[in-house]
Amino acid sequence: MSGSFSILEFIQQIINGLTLGSIYALIAIGYTMVYGIIGMINFAHGEIYMISAYIGLLTITALTVQFGIESVPLILLATLFVSIAITSAYGWTIERVAYRPLRSQSRLIPLISAIGMSIFLQNYVQIGQGARDLSMQPLITGGWRFGPDGGFQVYLSYMQVLIATATVIFMTALTLFITRSRLGRACRACSQDLTMTNLLGIDTNRVISLTFVLGAGLAAVAGVLISLYIGKINPFIGFEAGIKAFTAAVLGGIGSIPGAMLGGVVLGLAESFSSAYLRTEYKDVVAFGLLVLVLLFRPTGLLGKPEIEKV
Amino acid sequence: MPRNLLEAVLVALLAGLLTVPILGIHIQVDGIKVSLQGNAMPVLAIMAVVFAARLFQVPQKAATGMAYLSQRLPRPPRLAASYRPVLIGLVIVVAIVWPFTASRSAIDIATLALIYVMLGLGLNVVVGFAGLLDLGYVAFYAVGAYGYALLSMHWGLSFWACLPLCVLMAAATGCLLGFPVLRLRGDYLAIVTLGFGEIIRLLLNNLNALTGGPDGIGNIAKPTLFGLEFAREPSTEGGVTFHQFFGLDYHSIDTLIFLYLVALGMALLILYVINRLIRMPIGRAWEALREDEIACRSLGLNPTTIKLSAFGFGASTAGFAGAFFAARQGFINPESFTFIESAIVLAIVVLGGMGSQLGVILAAIALTALPEIARQFAEYRMLIFGLVLVLMMIWRPQGLVPASRPRLELPERAETAP
Repeated sequence: MSGSFSILEFIQQIINGLTLGSIYALIAIGYTMVYGIIGMINFAHGEIYMISAYIGLLTITALTVQFGIESVPLILLATLFVSIAITSAYGWTIERVAYRPLRSQSRLIPLISAIGMSIFLQNYVQIGQGARDLSMQPLITGGWRFGPDGGFQVYLSYMQVLIATATVIFMTALTLFITRSRLGRACRACSQDLTMTNLLGIDTNRVISLTFVLGAGLAAVAGVLISLYIGKINPFIGFEAGIKAFTAAVLGGIGSIPGAMLGGVVLGLAESFSSAYLRTEYKDVVAFGLLVLVLLFRPTGLLGKPEIEKV
Repeated sequence: MPRNLLEAVLVALLAGLLTVPILGIHIQVDGIKVSLQGNAMPVLAIMAVVFAARLFQVPQKAATGMAYLSQRLPRPPRLAASYRPVLIGLVIVVAIVWPFTASRSAIDIATLALIYVMLGLGLNVVVGFAGLLDLGYVAFYAVGAYGYALLSMHWGLSFWACLPLCVLMAAATGCLLGFPVLRLRGDYLAIVTLGFGEIIRLLLNNLNALTGGPDGIGNIAKPTLFGLEFAREPSTEGGVTFHQFFGLDYHSIDTLIFLYLVALGMALLILYVINRLIRMPIGRAWEALREDEIACRSLGLNPTTIKLSAFGFGASTAGFAGAFFAARQGFINPESFTFIESAIVLAIVVLGGMGSQLGVILAAIALTALPEIARQFAEYRMLIFGLVLVLMMIWRPQGLVPASRPRLELPERAETAP
């Protein structure tokens, strides 16, 4: 009896961990792509994710309350579309305003600019939308239950399935884009050697903008999905999610897109297991502890390539 | 001109698109009834500002203006070596005499500014001299503050006895953390230190039995002057307070002046130690490492040890300041040690000019004094802070008072060699 109980609980933690991990992976892509190409930590990326959650919430409210639309798939698609569009515009603008003028400076300068941007955006949303939690009506409810009656039941909600499906769809699309398209090839070339790519006649500034737009778009998917899943947002969710996603990107090997996906899932699982089997408060400690351990024993991350510095 | 106009229109439309969902629409919740409320004013205002800025090329003009100013700005005058001690002595004397004429709130703010001066000077060693980006500096500050609070609470140790202990604790924590991560490249270090800062804060929040959790620790003893307390009545049986010992009337402002002077003394001590250190081989090694790690390695310097010493020194400075912070506040909780504190200290170092001690001191004073003066903008304080960071990086990345490094240049020849 107790054996099956713990196995079911284990499965439940895997489900929760994969859901959380999908979200981290979607955000981590933005960090890893930007880092892979211009070698900077886009500290404001977490804030972009937070803004996308707000845009998602507003769009859903507008569609359901103002326009009275009831079809859930329609609402979902429209919300994703609006949120991705505006959030990508944010990504593009931030790069253009705060990072591009600093392209030639030492590494510390853009990073500090990014920290400034992050603080700015957090307070900008706080002034615009208030610092309190905004909650939303759950759009998609229900799920499947497995397990014995009266005992511990594994619960798989439709929302969790949606998050996993959407993540797989967008990740596949991204992978196809990067590996198959001309622009994707330009992206890969830029991440290998920015100067050389520029000499070969590719507009590297445009490629860099593109990575910011793509990263912001995927963060927007994460933002909309998580606000539907948790149902509560505030201007401060970006900071924590940003650090976690960056941790995921480093775990997987920064600069590597499959690495970011793997890192996200590993981090999600680690968090969900530690909050189940240790105390919930320590899940963040476990996440950062994991980061330190990985960096200690494998500084390039799980899938990263070692970088040799040449003179 | 038409091209300019078109671009300005496009940029204004983009600004509109970006600001509508955040500033233009609000969610109104009445019980279960949710509705949206539009507010066009801020959006239109921002669109107009952006349109005008783009049309008249304000950012470009500002950039050229700043570049022009940078060249024309008076460099800190290179005083003859014999005048420097006189000037420094004069500043110190003024700083000592000043509190006896100032108001309570001014002294209080000045003490806070001195804490930030200490933190800024400490982080300046790590970021400015050694070039290691530490985003979790506040962790060591917390170690110092909680170290003093716990030592004084459990063992009744005095502030002066705790001070060196706190410095040691913070340095030990710094070395413990630094040892594994300092082998990493700079950006990884930034994120690991950020994570570490968060871990410390989470631990402080959750180890209720030891740290009091979110409620923090209260009633922390203030520093004493050779055992003389600054209070109306001695807290212990048979104790003597400062005013009783000297037969003076009790003034509550005495405590503030004393705390200010202690902070001043501590800040001067840190400044002195750093100034000696950077002229020693270890200080030279810090700067050399920042400039070129590979060259350092090939000259036989061990990068890990050098980085560790800078990191440990920075941490111990933060612990030093932290102990004083706890003593001054009399109450600490994890809220005082959030990431934003690390960001503020980093901003002090960057705004002042990395590696420039004078710049860091001025920036620390400016960043603590300005928010106090501009109280009515409290809501926009952090917004402006973030904006200033970005703009400074764009317009003047070397900081307000750039560090002047000794250098030699080949004199230009009148004729080029054949």
